[in-house]
Amino acid sequence: MPRSITPFLWLLFSAGGTVAALLFPIHILLTGLAVPLGWVNAPSYESVLGLVRNPVARLYLFVFVSLPLFHWAHRFRYTLYDGLQVKHLTALIVVFCYGTALAGTVMAAYLLWTIP
Amino acid sequence: MQPAVTLRVTRYRPEQESEPTLATYEVPYRKDWVVLDALNYIKDTLDGSLSFRWSCRMGVCGSCGMKVNGSPKLTCASFLSDSLPGPIRVEPLDYFPVVRDLVVDMSDFMRKLKKVKPWIIRHDERPLAEGEYLQTPDQLDAYKQFSMCINCMLCYSACPIYGLEPSFIGPAAIALAQRYNMDSRDEGAPERLEILSEHDGIWQCTFVGECTKVCPKHVDPAGAIQQYKLTGAIHWLKSLLLPRGAR
Repeated sequence: MPRSITPFLWLLFSAGGTVAALLFPIHILLTGLAVPLGWVNAPSYESVLGLVRNPVARLYLFVFVSLPLFHWAHRFRYTLYDGLQVKHLTALIVVFCYGTALAGTVMAAYLLWTIP
Repeated sequence: MQPAVTLRVTRYRPEQESEPTLATYEVPYRKDWVVLDALNYIKDTLDGSLSFRWSCRMGVCGSCGMKVNGSPKLTCASFLSDSLPGPIRVEPLDYFPVVRDLVVDMSDFMRKLKKVKPWIIRHDERPLAEGEYLQTPDQLDAYKQFSMCINCMLCYSACPIYGLEPSFIGPAAIALAQRYNMDSRDEGAPERLEILSEHDGIWQCTFVGECTKVCPKHVDPAGAIQQYKLTGAIHWLKSLLLPRGAR
């Protein structure tokens, strides 16, 4: 088996896809529809802050943000390769896609770590 | 009921023309006719030089795959009545070299199929006297779906990746490899892993899913490939983390 990191990127891609498919609809329903449309009362800033101070909630949010970014990166890479037929720009595309996902992951980690 | 239907058929006679051309034929319409019947009508009564492959007329042999109105289909299972009022466009399968008219050269597929070793591999063959290899219904169900493949190559014609990367081993070959990997009697999975986890194996697939959509036997090659990607990724992790002996 070649020592390429494709299997690793695919694992991130499929884990991210699973997270996005299972959890995004719940969050979209809660924060995108239920609260703005007044189906449920918006929680106070303090109670949400209290929730994300919990280490388990932080870990959840980290996974929730990071893995789907890698899902996007992998999918978008191949969309550019095959959709736009720009495979000759491989290095640039790889750095842009996975770099963006990595940057988002680092930013999420930093923000979640520094919650007061 | 309309009396006739028009077929627009791709013709390519390499001794006459350098590019494929289009021929138009009027064929009597019958409710129980499929596109293959119409092609046979053309060959029998209108133009005996039209070439196409077919054999069983019942969706088993996998010979009569062509593009009907732009989609890869078995022409023996594509009713004229589904394409009314016409005209019906009939073309050879995409991404294969055309030998003549609607006949494609399938040697690339045959070579790839053989490469994945689609047969039962045993370390030790049991002597006949010990009887057959028994299998439970659950063990049969594990691979039965993949064993329905008839090598019609519609999935290759539907796969945009195969169109872009001709080295891609392709949907049917991977589904058939998985058919034997999942068979409780088989011990050849490590040999197939070598071939399937190469760059031209499973990792070329970007999960477009068209192969599964066009499969006339509901094999779900896309599912087989994703399933095998997980197997490949787990083996990759093991090869990274475990010492050589424990893999």
